[in-house]
Amino acid sequence: MSTVAGWDAIIVGAGHNGLVCAATLARAGRRVLVLEAGDAVGGCAVTREFAPGFRVSAGAQLLHQMPAELVEELRLATHGLEFAATALPTTALAAGGEPLAIGDPGALARRSAADARAWPLYDARLKRFARLLYGLLAAPAPRLGTGAWSDTFALGRLGLRLRLLGRRDMREFLRIVGMNAYDLVSDEFESDALRGALSLDAVLGTNFGPRAPGTVLTLLYRLAAESAAGPRALAQPKGGMGALTAALARAATAAGAVIRTMAPVTRISVSEDRAAGVVLGSGEEIAARSVISNADAKTTFLTLLGAEYLDTGFVRRVDHFRSRGVTAKLHLALDRLPAFGVGAPAALGGRLLIAPSADYVERAWNHSKYGEWSASPAFEITVPTVNDPALAPAGRHVLSATVQYAPYAPQRGWEAERQPFLAALLGVLEAHAPGLQSSLLATQLLTPADLEREFRVHGGHWHHGDLAFDQFYMVRPVPGAAQHATPVAGLYLCGASCHPGGGVMGIAGRNAARRVLAEVSR
Amino acid sequence: MSAASHRRHDVIVVGAGHNGLVAACYMARAGLDVLVLERNDYIGGAAVSRKLYQDFTYSNCSYVCSLLRPEIMRTLELPRFGLQIIPYEGGCTMMRDGGHLALYDNHDALRREIARHSPRDAEAYHRFSRDIIRQCKFIKPLLMREPPDPTSFKPRDLTELLYLGQRLNNVGEERMYDTIRFWTMSAADFLDEYFESEIVKAHFSGSSIIGTALGPRSPGSAYVLLHHYMGDIDETVGAWGFARGGMGAVTAALTASLQASGGAVRTAAPVEQVLIRNGRARGVVLASGEEIEAGTVVSNMDVKRTFLKAVAPEHLPEDFLTAVRRFKIRGSSGKLNIALDGLPSFPALPAGAPCVRGDMHITDTIEMMERAYDDWKEGRWSAAPYVDMLIPSQIDPTMAPDGKHYMSVFVQYCPYQLADGPWTDAKRQAFGATVIDAIARHSPDFKSLIRHAEIRTPWDIENEVGLTEGNIFQGELTMDQLLFNRPVPGYAQYRTPVKGLYLSGSSTHPGGGVMGAPGANAARRVLADLGRGGTR
Amino acid sequence: MSSARPIPPHFRKPLLETPFHERARELQQHDHFVAWAGYSTVDVFTTVEQEYFAVRNATTLYDLTPMVKYRVTGPEAERYLNRLVTRDVRKLKVGRVSYVVWCNDSGHIIDDGTVFRLGPQDFRICTAERQLDWFSDSAIGFDVAIDEVTSDIAALSVQGPTSCFVLKRFGLDGVERLRPFELGEFTVGGRPLLASRTGFTGDLGYELWMRPEHALSVWDELMTAGSTRGIRPIGSQALNMARIEAGFLLPNVDFVSAEHTVRVGRDRTPLELGLGWLVDFEKPHFNGRRALLAQHAQGVRRLLVGLDVAGNKPAHNALLYAEEAGEREVGSVTSAMWSPTCKRNIALAIIDAPHYRVGATVWADIYLNRELVWERRMAAARVVERPFFAPERRRATPPADR
Repeated sequence: MSTVAGWDAIIVGAGHNGLVCAATLARAGRRVLVLEAGDAVGGCAVTREFAPGFRVSAGAQLLHQMPAELVEELRLATHGLEFAATALPTTALAAGGEPLAIGDPGALARRSAADARAWPLYDARLKRFARLLYGLLAAPAPRLGTGAWSDTFALGRLGLRLRLLGRRDMREFLRIVGMNAYDLVSDEFESDALRGALSLDAVLGTNFGPRAPGTVLTLLYRLAAESAAGPRALAQPKGGMGALTAALARAATAAGAVIRTMAPVTRISVSEDRAAGVVLGSGEEIAARSVISNADAKTTFLTLLGAEYLDTGFVRRVDHFRSRGVTAKLHLALDRLPAFGVGAPAALGGRLLIAPSADYVERAWNHSKYGEWSASPAFEITVPTVNDPALAPAGRHVLSATVQYAPYAPQRGWEAERQPFLAALLGVLEAHAPGLQSSLLATQLLTPADLEREFRVHGGHWHHGDLAFDQFYMVRPVPGAAQHATPVAGLYLCGASCHPGGGVMGIAGRNAARRVLAEVSR
Repeated sequence: MSAASHRRHDVIVVGAGHNGLVAACYMARAGLDVLVLERNDYIGGAAVSRKLYQDFTYSNCSYVCSLLRPEIMRTLELPRFGLQIIPYEGGCTMMRDGGHLALYDNHDALRREIARHSPRDAEAYHRFSRDIIRQCKFIKPLLMREPPDPTSFKPRDLTELLYLGQRLNNVGEERMYDTIRFWTMSAADFLDEYFESEIVKAHFSGSSIIGTALGPRSPGSAYVLLHHYMGDIDETVGAWGFARGGMGAVTAALTASLQASGGAVRTAAPVEQVLIRNGRARGVVLASGEEIEAGTVVSNMDVKRTFLKAVAPEHLPEDFLTAVRRFKIRGSSGKLNIALDGLPSFPALPAGAPCVRGDMHITDTIEMMERAYDDWKEGRWSAAPYVDMLIPSQIDPTMAPDGKHYMSVFVQYCPYQLADGPWTDAKRQAFGATVIDAIARHSPDFKSLIRHAEIRTPWDIENEVGLTEGNIFQGELTMDQLLFNRPVPGYAQYRTPVKGLYLSGSSTHPGGGVMGAPGANAARRVLADLGRGGTR
Repeated sequence: MSSARPIPPHFRKPLLETPFHERARELQQHDHFVAWAGYSTVDVFTTVEQEYFAVRNATTLYDLTPMVKYRVTGPEAERYLNRLVTRDVRKLKVGRVSYVVWCNDSGHIIDDGTVFRLGPQDFRICTAERQLDWFSDSAIGFDVAIDEVTSDIAALSVQGPTSCFVLKRFGLDGVERLRPFELGEFTVGGRPLLASRTGFTGDLGYELWMRPEHALSVWDELMTAGSTRGIRPIGSQALNMARIEAGFLLPNVDFVSAEHTVRVGRDRTPLELGLGWLVDFEKPHFNGRRALLAQHAQGVRRLLVGLDVAGNKPAHNALLYAEEAGEREVGSVTSAMWSPTCKRNIALAIIDAPHYRVGATVWADIYLNRELVWERRMAAARVVERPFFAPERRRATPPADR
């Protein structure tokens, strides 16, 4: 037991992972200080007012990836987390056509008898694979070639899990895991609407089109996290995503953690080749035994720490961590419900996709490769006020959409491109919900460049960096920092740059906390 | 149905492509009675030298040689049977603005050349080559081995898995991560880790798209790039050369080697069906109805052609058939073979530069190549195609009459199926014109020198050579179709669900290119199953 | 950005010529040039013996221009270099030179070279191999500019016991006051010259850095000034003999740059090369520090040492064994020669623990070609201190005139 006064750990950034990490450490009795640059906790999981009286989940819009066990463990319900709706349905929209409720056998059968036959098998198989993958997501990534017992054990367990799938499933898993989503869904299904919807799920938040190999991995990634999130799966917290992080903050505080907002960390200080604390924008210096960064890898290593404390090869790899987002966020204030023609109000309160075919999604990506925005972008839309009317003035509504693809740095700059892009987005929405433009009260478009600024994420990438095989598992974000610890003793990463990546999951935060608990005695 | 053939053979090999011949040679050398059946009236599959116009010789499918495994050449004594491989001299990429990047064999010249575009890239080139060589050294020994079945508990598979694991382990932690990343990255991302100059990146990304339905920004394309570096000429990693006399010289030497071991090749003998009785391959039926019996049948056709055309579906498990149908084998390349009255001039290249005696490319940026891929995705040939052209007659005097030249032009991308309906002669001519115009922009006298041009679309290649969709690798080289997944998980060891029927073509591990490794590996498997010598 | 500069006919003449090339062509007698870092250079002018003895007895000129030279400037130049190399650059005063090595993340040597501090924020690094790739990536996060200036500076090494005298006569007034690793700025006949008391011979010597257009006149005047002191140009072979006696390492001979190794286990750390004295664990973080600290704590498993080999047959490329029977291989020779000055059969070798300790004996497997018949000798080789030859005159300030 040390007698030195001060903090056991400082956590840089009060995003959901930082808060999970803080709560976990505090519950283990550590003295934890969370420093948040913004005026509120939450990071990308926040509720913000974007027009007078209209509030929206400004970053992530739904909770579907946080493991149920973590929600339990931190007793978030006790700390005020309520759901406006759970088990939300997903509907694929069709401009002027009939929407398709994904996963509804009847609806699918009306499209294609073959697809209706194929769906249950496909769905069950992918869910089996997703459960396997979740085992890999939930545990910290092992290192290769260390000969250490724990690494060998982790790799062995992975091999065993694979084997336990049975020969047939194992072969299929090893085949499709490296494939592209476009081929997978085209092999399985003939309906364009279904292919499109599944393709979009595979590429949401990534800088890839569905034809890119590796997008089955991202599809499984999404399913894996959802499988662990339990029956609640696609859920809408009451009060928006900010309610989740508020509950996390309360859980942390209740366990003794201290959270300071408006306290931007400008530097991680190093002494004797060890992280010694942080320096705030005000010049205030705070010492701690460990510094845990919820910021992305580039910000942490190159801005807050500084290359001078790191080796060139490591810096080279961090510099090449692909972190440019291509996902934009669109918020609309509406004076009435949009007419998406999905029938049941439950559907309108769920996830609405504009991705009429896999080719549509692929074409949407084409533009972003060349620094252009998609003329026909793909959308993941929610109308949160259907389930949670308090987010808008009475009778009014909020539309929140994740839009792909919008380049981080369009060739002509966002200054010039913002209005044309917005007009294109509204045009596509109008085609799917006639009259939408006439109901418009206010708009907010957050491009990746805006998201970078708003959420202090390098490149505005919601995963901090592309989720792809070459940035996944034991090489995420880079070798040498893939197990939360970094080359600088006492400095840890706990954000989406770590394995298993982004999405409001909280696993990285929890695993980082466990690593610190194992390594740093009090 | 006509009477059965005069005698029963030990082995019939279907298709006299290079892999079929390699397999046949190994089996014949082990003392088996081997007959190779070829549907065309000439031998060679996609490794041929054709005289289609006067005294010009066209390597009208594959056109350069490097991947052919030296151990195969040695064991089968191909040099004794006439095969000679002559390295060619570097290459270059020409840009639309008149600039160029040349690759010279002399490393000081090369450094100065790259430094014209970026001094830093000139030095980063060493790191790039080092990493490519490191990866090649890791992968090369795997080429001539059977991939293990990771689902199997058989000692052989477990031993082989262990071997793989140990090989990986031996390179140390850091390089293991490099390997993992390398196998899964896009060529564009991979090259970004080394170079800053667009033209340098564009030049090196060329081999990441040749023959594949991926763009340079598709993850996995870095592996395709590596695949093209896996060859060597006399220990010079990544070096390429010409088979003297055209690519047909490879298959001619193989045929001579086979005949010397007592094997035979019969041309104009198209196999219609594999004869299967009691779940076992017993021979083949030719299109003429003639039946030829054999204890073992080795199909050198691609996996789709073998199982969707030549084997009746009732002999195959439904799962296997589904997997074969889903095997990705996509036509993405076209080819022009051109007879020229003289050597075309390329004003952008400095007079006397040896790079005209290497492979010449036309592209500016990775973006241009990616856009060419976008065209392919939409079922169009690329408006601005990636062109890999060579004039082998400058080095190999046997290819054209004195003073005349043969030019081989490989084109990426060209789809097998066009969005606007089937290929017609008019479309084929339009495709050819696109390519010729692209070259003519860099060579003012090019068009006037053309005496004859053979234009081959993927559709033509399928029809003439028999490669499904005209895919030069008999199947995409993506992660889902490599190693134990190639061609079908559970059937990656050259065997098939039909006893006595084997695959030897590039649909199997380690894939395409005139490498011969699939054929050699398949032969070893057959011999082991027949109790004639072991297999690794 | 592309094709902006005129295209030199490099595909016809890949090697560049240094500003001294004209003299080299006139004076060397074998019509033979060798490539060094992209330049055409001389390995022998007359005979290796004559040239070698001039290094130890008179004054020699060696064309150093191909040494790759980078200028490092900017407000964070010192911090940048301090993170790059293993020595403490903060201690390097303006007007001084330091011999340094730099390592990759795992502590393996990428290259060695000399750092010249020309001003508080102005440095020059001279290296054997091109380093722009590594130097540029090392600059991520530093406010620093790195420019290659190799062809902007002609360099001439003036080495030997009479070199100070020759330089004084040439017109470098006060050069005798330069201490080892010190820089001096001079103007001779209107030509600005930078002189550093550095060299690769282990003897008294200087290196002159000048504008390329002054190269030939400086050469000619030096030859005149040294005519009574036996001045002569030397090639790389004689220099190589001198550097082995001095115990200096040559990249690609005694070690391979960690940026170039393809095989596992061929990289070398400074600790393994006996350059631990260049590694300063007390200064702030530098590339490879953490890995080197770990190796320092564990001790090295192999070490580059000097060998005194029995007999007079140089142990070129010899494998080393623990015993005369040649059963246990314990290392190999990297450089070897008969030292004409020391009259010892010397070698540099990399040897496994524990055989690398001074005083230990290993056995060198030497192959001799005697009238086209190969013979094999097992020669005892004793591990000895380096350098093999270190005359007092190399340090004396002011140096003697002869």
